[in-house]
This record gives sequence, C-alpha cells and structure tokens, in this order.
Amino acid sequence: MVDKSMTDTNTILSAHTIEEIDAWLKRFPEDKKKSAVLAALRAAQHQNKGYLTTELMDAVADYLDLSKIEVYEVASFYSMFELNPVARHNVAVCTNVCCMLMGSDTIVNHLENKLGIKLGESTADGRIYLKMEEECLAACAGGPMMQVNHKYYTDLTPDKVDEIIDGLE
Amino acid sequence: MSEDLVKFTVNGQELEAPKGSMLIQATDAAGISIPRFCYHKKLSVAANCRMCLVEVEKAPKPMPACATPIMDGMVVHTKSPKAIAAQKSVMEFLLINHPLDCPICDQGGECELQDISMGFGGDISQYTDEKRVVFDKDIGPLISTELTRCIQCTRCIRFGEEIAGMRELGATDRGDRMVIGTYIEKSVDSEMSGNVIDICPVGALTAKPSRFSARAWELIEHPSIAPHDSVGSNIFVHTQRGKVTRVVPRDNEAINEVWISDRDRFSYQGIYAPDRMTQPMIKQDGEWIAATWDDALQKAVEGINAQGRDQAAAWISPNATLEEHYLMQKLLRGMGSGNVDHRLRQTDFSDQDAAPVMPWLGQRIEDLENVNAALLVGSNVRKAQPLIAHRLRKAVINHDAKVSFVNPREFDWHFPVFAECASSASGMLEDLAAIAKAAGTDAASVATIVNAATVTETHQQIADSLKQSDKAIVLIGDMAQQHPQLAVIRKLADAIAKATNSVLGYIPEANSAAGWLAGTVPHRGPAGSAAAVKGLNVAEMQANPAKALITFNIEPEFDVANPAQALDTARQVGFVVAISSYLSANMKDYADVILPLAMFTETSGTYVNAEGFWQSFNGVSTAEGNSRPGWKILRVLGNLFDLEGFDYISSQDVKDELKQQCQDIQLNNSVECTAVVSIEKSAASLQRVGDVPLYAIDTLVRRSAPLQKTRDAMHDCVRINSKQAELSGVVDSDKVKVNQNNGHAYLSLVIDDGIPDGCVWISAGVQATSSLGENFGPIELEKV
Ligand code: SF4
Ligand code: FES
Ligand code: FES
Repeated sequence: MVDKSMTDTNTILSAHTIEEIDAWLKRFPEDKKKSAVLAALRAAQHQNKGYLTTELMDAVADYLDLSKIEVYEVASFYSMFELNPVARHNVAVCTNVCCMLMGSDTIVNHLENKLGIKLGESTADGRIYLKMEEECLAACAGGPMMQVNHKYYTDLTPDKVDEIIDGLE
Repeated sequence: MSEDLVKFTVNGQELEAPKGSMLIQATDAAGISIPRFCYHKKLSVAANCRMCLVEVEKAPKPMPACATPIMDGMVVHTKSPKAIAAQKSVMEFLLINHPLDCPICDQGGECELQDISMGFGGDISQYTDEKRVVFDKDIGPLISTELTRCIQCTRCIRFGEEIAGMRELGATDRGDRMVIGTYIEKSVDSEMSGNVIDICPVGALTAKPSRFSARAWELIEHPSIAPHDSVGSNIFVHTQRGKVTRVVPRDNEAINEVWISDRDRFSYQGIYAPDRMTQPMIKQDGEWIAATWDDALQKAVEGINAQGRDQAAAWISPNATLEEHYLMQKLLRGMGSGNVDHRLRQTDFSDQDAAPVMPWLGQRIEDLENVNAALLVGSNVRKAQPLIAHRLRKAVINHDAKVSFVNPREFDWHFPVFAECASSASGMLEDLAAIAKAAGTDAASVATIVNAATVTETHQQIADSLKQSDKAIVLIGDMAQQHPQLAVIRKLADAIAKATNSVLGYIPEANSAAGWLAGTVPHRGPAGSAAAVKGLNVAEMQANPAKALITFNIEPEFDVANPAQALDTARQVGFVVAISSYLSANMKDYADVILPLAMFTETSGTYVNAEGFWQSFNGVSTAEGNSRPGWKILRVLGNLFDLEGFDYISSQDVKDELKQQCQDIQLNNSVECTAVVSIEKSAASLQRVGDVPLYAIDTLVRRSAPLQKTRDAMHDCVRINSKQAELSGVVDSDKVKVNQNNGHAYLSLVIDDGIPDGCVWISAGVQATSSLGENFGPIELEKV
C-alpha cells in the first residue's frame, strides 16, 4: 500500500500472457494462485524472446499475489527458465547418466567446437544458445539426445547434430 | 488429558509427550540433546539439514527427530552407533562447502555449527576439491552477509515468512548453486529483521554495526530491559571493557518471546554518538564553559531560585525511568510548582481528569494473540510497537482474528487486515462514531455525534466483528493520543468497547505508564492521587512560558507535539536547565546549564510496560565521561533545594517508595466522564496528518547511525494521494513547500494513494519537519 508506484502489471505482461495465466488460474482454487506460477513464468518468458527479466518476474508476482522473492526462487530453480538474454534457438543436450554413458560428452564437445561457444553461452549472431547442464529429459532410451526449442532429437551423432543445427535459421 | 499423551522410550528412558508432537520437542523438554540446525522452536519444521537424525527401532533408516511425530511405544536411540554414524555423516556433508573461517568469523565462539562440529565433525576432511564461494550481498545497514558460510537451513527464510510477515530473503538457484539472498539488489526492511542474526546457526548473517568488534568470549552479558516501546522487551546487553558492544534478546515468553525489534537491538549505537554530553556545562556571559558537577548544580539551583522556584516547569521524556519520573515530580512539587508533564506529544487535555490512573493495554501482552477481533485507533502498530503487532499478527495467522484500523492513512501491514478506515483527524472521529452507531451504543456523551454518523458497510462489519467475538479489544494507539480531540476518541472508543463487550486498551508510548504512576502529570500526584498544586500541562506551559524550565532527556524540536512552538518556548524561558545525554546546537541556544545524563545502560531503574508489569534493571555499562544517572541528579537537586525526603541511597529506595503508594491501584481504562462532546471540523481544505516514525521517537534512536540508514528512517517528505497532487497542481513536482502555523518547510513529494483525500502526511521527529506545527491541523501546500 505504501508508495503506490507499483508498475502496472498489465502493461508488462502482454494480453496473450495474461490470457494464458488466466486460463491456468481457472484450474486452481481462488486462494491457490501460487499454483499457476510455473505456467505464468513460461508464458512471460515466451513473450520476451525466451528469457525472463526481473520486471517480468515482478509482474508475475503482482499478478498472482506472491512476494517477488518467491517468484525469483521458482524461476531460478527450474532450468527451463532463462534469466539472462539468450539466442533464439535453445539447444539443450542431456548430460545425465544414461546419455553420458551413450556419449553425450562427444556431442557437447562437437557442438562447442562447431559453434565456438561454451555451454551456457550464445553465438554472437544471436542464433544458437547452448543450454547449461540439461538434466534427464526422460528420453534415455534414445541417448544421447538433445532438445532444440522443445523438440526432441534422439540417437545423436556429430553428423546428425550438424544437420539439425544447420537447418535452424 | 492422559489420552492425548503417549509413552515412548529414548535411550532407555521412559518419556511421555502429547501425541503427534515431534520427537525433538519431547527430547528438548527432557533435556536430551540432539544436534540440529534447521529446527527452531518458533518456526515451521523444514527438516532439510538432517543433522537431527536418530535411530528409531523398526524404522529402516535413521529418522529426523524434528520431523518424526511421536508414536505410542516408539523406541528411540539418539546416541547409538547407528545414530551417531548418521549424525557424523551429515556433519561431514555440511562441512564440505563450509569455509571453516572461524578465526575471522563474528559467530565464532557462539556458533551452532562450530559447537556441533566439535562433537560430530571429523578431524580431517576427505573432501579435496574446490569449495564453493558465494559473493556477499549488501542487504542494508543492519545485517552483514557472509553467505559462503551458509548451510542453507532456511531458518532466515522461514523467519521472514512466518514471523516478520514479509518474505524478503529467499533461496534462489538450486543444488550446489543455491544461495540465500534477495536475488535483486535490495535491503531487508522488516522492523524485526535483526532476529535473523540470532537464528542463523552459523556466521552467514551477523550484526553489521558490531561486526569485527569483539569475540563472543570477550563480552560480558548483562540482563536489561529495552527502553523504546511499552513492551519492555527483555534483552541482554553485551559489554566489552565497560562499553556496550551489542544487544540481543533475552527469552521471555510472556513479553517478547525470543524476539526483539530492530529498534531495541540497534539503538545502543546512539550511546556513543559524537554529540554525547560528557561534562556538565554552564553558560557564562553567553559563552559555554565546562564546569564541575558542584558548580553546575549550584548554578542550576541559583538560576531556578532567582526566577521563582514555585514557577518552574519540567518536561520529561516518556522514556525516563520510573524513578526519574517520580523524583522529577517530587522535585517540582517540593518546590511548590505543579508544572510537570511527560505527555509531550499530547495536544488535547480537556478530559485529563477522566484519564485512567495509568492508561494500559487492558490485558496481558501475551493474551493479544488470543483475541478474535481487534480495532486499533490511530496506530501504525507494526512500526510503533513491533512486538505488540507480532502478537496481533499471530492472532490473525493462527485463527483468522479480524483486526481493523481507524487511522489517518492506510499503512502497509504484515497480516491480512479485516477493515481499514483512513481519513483526516475529524474523519477518524466520524468513522468511530459510525462504528459506535453500528454497534448500537447508548452512551449519552457521544449521542449527538453518533446520531449524526453515516454507517457504511465497513463500519458495520467492524462493529459486527467485535460484537461477534468473545475476545475482542479496542486499542487506542499513539496517533490517537496525539489527536487534537483525544477526549472524543476516548469516549467513542469506550462507547464502542462497551457496546461490543470488548476490552478497552491503550498502547502507551515508551515508559509513559511509569509517568502516569509516578505523577509526571500536572493534575495528579503519584499513584493517581490528587495533586496538591494543580500545575500547567505541556500545552499551557507553552502558552504561558514559565520563568524556569527543566528539560529531561528531550529535544523540544523533536519530542514535543508542536516542535516549532516548543523550541520557541524554550528560548523564551528565562532560565533553562537541560538534563540531557546529548548536546545539540539548539540546546546551546536555549539552555543555561546542561547536566550530562547517563543512558539506560548506564543507570539502574525500572520500566513499566503496557500491561503494567514493573521491570527493574541495573546499570551495565560505564557512564560516558562525567555523565550521571538521572535519579542521582534529581536526588542531589532535591538536596540542594533543601527539600524533604531526598535521601535515597539507591534507585531501589525510590522505586519502593512509589510501589508502596501504588499497591491499591486497580487498572481500569473505562471512561466514566459524561461531558457531552462534539466533533470540531476545520474549515481549511487541506489537513496535515502525521505520526512520529519509529526511528525518530527519542534522543537515542535518533542517533543510532545504522537505524538512521534504514528505509524506515526516511521520513523527510510529504505524502499526498494522486488526486490531491492533481488538485494542488504538483503532479510533476519533486519538491513542495508546506506552510503550517508560522513555519514552513521544503520537502520532497511522494505520491501515495494510501493517504486520504484532503490530507497531507508529514511525520514529526525529524529535522526536515521541525519548523512545522502539530501532527494534525490545517496546512498549505505550495508548488516550488
Ligand atoms: S543464512 Fe543462516 S539462517 Fe539463512 S539459510 Fe543460511 S545458515 Fe540458515
Ligand atoms: S539421461 Fe538423458 S534423457 Fe535420461
Ligand atoms: S533439525 Fe531436523 S532436519 Fe534439520
């Protein structure tokens, strides 16, 4: 209530994001708005070129009546949320046990060399972002595997990786 | 009763405990020690550190004692090889990333991690890889962070959520990268934030003001009582070579539980402020010279006698000790004057004869957490008295108590508020009248205003909430006591309380309860007795300045209702003796003799808290320079004026004398006065409303540098709502000029929609507004 200078949530979250959040809110009891925080953050991230800003997280907190730190906690905990600007294609190689046994290190090395960046970095042209430490994505039978913009690619080889990456605009 | 108890065995010892309670509670009660980090008796169970693992027979693996409910017949071993092995393993994990920098850590010597690792840690670490490092965050002037030491017990986070009522600290990121912090650059602003220093089991959160200034074992611990509010929190003062190094809470479930407010914790920093008075001083031909006590006292007595001692007046701070209050009135009355007052911020004295002998809380502090409904009038209780607010918050959180407010503005609360009325001084009275009407009062003295009141849904809801509750309370807060029509507030609050069967209580300022009992009011002597000579109250003393004035631990420009006028009065008075811990520029101007006063840690005395509980304490630190305890100064003055009965040997003697007289007092807030009252409405279009903010209330807190750097100390501004900004044409202004009475001030402007229409919020007690008048009254706003 003090300093009613709170930025107007509605101008920060796009109409589409709000629509999305509202749709999720319907699934939860009135006093359990917190339950929608993951969906809300996903929508907010989507509206902003794949990453969240403090401003967006604050807007989500205000919209869901949460304290800001609660939203920061969630956003920083889950690896699918990016808190820094990233390139447009999100490439996430699974490095968890099964994939590791199947040679994910080779895939990571290949990607790093090919793109000239390390895990956690984006290419200078803003095209590819190599996601840091992706945990098991439940496609162990097809390891090594990676996820490119939420699409799964399994049984990877360096050649196959080249084909996929080169096919991204 | 017995059905609820279950029997179980710990280390072969038969124990009984309530069914469903946690194992650690029972073992703690039985004095069986189990190591722990995340468990804290006042916080929810997180069970995330695993240090409390114990062996429970028939359980396949060790169980955390803090999260294992006791079952009938359970057999527990806390020191079996299995239990010890589990505890040792957890300890090893916890130490993997800990920097082990005890030699440079403030917590060293009183660290739970250090203690427990002595018992359960290995001598040599098996871990040889790099340890993680967390960069420190600046979270404000009160708390230092060294988060590499954090063991992620989350006590600090739970404290924010569950006790302070504001989530400020959190755990961001995860796994080995998880860090405690605020994520963004931000200060921690809760008025109780310092408690995280105590609950953090390691040295990750330590007190910034006392950082690197002592090792725990060099400090001497002395029990004492906190001086700033009417809770009377129990504290320990830690001293080093006679100086106060820090203040920490002392457990007292009935008063402050295990907490203290930041004000009580960090105010001591003001004790050693650069303007501390250490030497008696006298003004000679316009020049200030240092004097011996003998000379200064002699000069004080001569000066007062020359002006006519039966005309002398005294303004005493409400935070003076009971003994100081008592001796001050005894001194004045001995001299034949009744002009003594501690109600420096009060402005309406019209019904002072109807005021209770000691306005008090109306019940125990502890009982506040059992109320089902409360109405607070003129109180920002969260900031004014954080531990009273904490009890009310517990009532709200634990059993949905309905807490409502009638205030001159909306505030930021740390619990869900049932209803909040915010309006100008006269609007507050109309709100109260409407609530009284909704409650169906039949009090004759307020009948006219009650009849004229318009009851809104909110008023009705407040009245109903009080009526429907079997434990309801109406509390009169500090802003109500400063209100220009306190008499009307008192009557209306009484009418509401009676019509809704609620308790009527006051939230007294500092040690003002002792002021009432001791008789530092002009119309009553000690213990509520009729005053032999009826004196002038503080407002009358300003209207007709006395010839001689004694000020006691106050600065008129900050501590009196109308600061500009009070300072003016002090300047006009022929002869002023300032008994003061500090020397200000203004004091040099108006005073003739300054007697250096010892602070609360340097004197013995007694504080009486809101529930009427007398708590005595000893002097625990060396008085700075030549300063002397107030009771001794007043005693010697009594001797030098040749007055009877000033032969006390100790402050205890003084207390006993008063206690004797207070034996038969029955505390009672009920208003029996039947004089008919009316609401005075000002014709002015703009009204000032205001309070004295928490870090401006007395000479000591005003000089605590760390407290003055907090956000809660930023009060040199004007607040109006956006509608008013539009009307006054100042929407785009950063600064405005305000005119009140004959004074003016240039203040920065904050648009705040919690301020009612037609009102201008300006706080008192700060330099920027000391040229203005009372907290309530007509005011003008100008664009600059
Ligand atoms: S900072 Fe202290 S209280 Fe907070 S999680 Fe870390 S160790 Fe626990
Ligand atoms: S380990 Fe890679 S998908 Fe499961
Ligand atoms: S004290 Fe039980 S798990 Fe931390």
